[in-house]
Amino acid sequence: MKRFELTPLPLDEGAIVASVQAPGAGAVVSFAGRVRDHARGRQVVRLEYDAYPEMAERVFAQIAAEAKEKFAVVDIAVHHRSGELLVGDLSVVVAVAAAHRGSAFDACRYVIDNLKLRAPIWKKEHGPDGAVWVDERP
Amino acid sequence: MHITVRFFAAHREATGQPTLALELPEGTSAATAFQRVCSRFPALKQAAAGVAFAVNQAHTSGEHVLHAGDELAFLPPMSGG
Repeated sequence: MKRFELTPLPLDEGAIVASVQAPGAGAVVSFAGRVRDHARGRQVVRLEYDAYPEMAERVFAQIAAEAKEKFAVVDIAVHHRSGELLVGDLSVVVAVAAAHRGSAFDACRYVIDNLKLRAPIWKKEHGPDGAVWVDERP
Repeated sequence: MHITVRFFAAHREATGQPTLALELPEGTSAATAFQRVCSRFPALKQAAAGVAFAVNQAHTSGEHVLHAGDELAFLPPMSGG
């Protein structure tokens, strides 16, 4: 299984988490993002993800390399969906393996927070009253 | 010099196309290239707030000076996850 992937296929959370297990890793922490049925006070029926695939996978790898350097982490996998997703579908899975839980939690948080800021991925929320590209700039 | 521009999300919808072949003077910056493209696509100008730049698939600033053959991407505010 690839460590860093943007895919139009459904994500297999169990396989992604299993892919980062290693003999020296006593802690595996994962984050799973699913499509929510509401956002910013509007109902959401489905999401449409656009992405710059070649760059997205490079950014995932770069963020993971930073996390490995900052925290004592053995292995990291990042998988993100593209295309059309319905409420409840998995949109992203981050899995981190480390010797101990503290660094695994910290690194997992670092990866998902930075992915949201830096990965060239865009979501369009479709609801009963239309569709909008999400803009979460402060 | 000749470069390739890529559009995504709201920008792709504003221009109606995913890529654009662009001829620019040597020494043009990413931000200047964006202004040029905006003048060709008025709808892009309306979707331009918060644009970021990538050259050859790496984040960079608007001051980045382009070279022949570069792939320049205009990135709307990102919203992955």
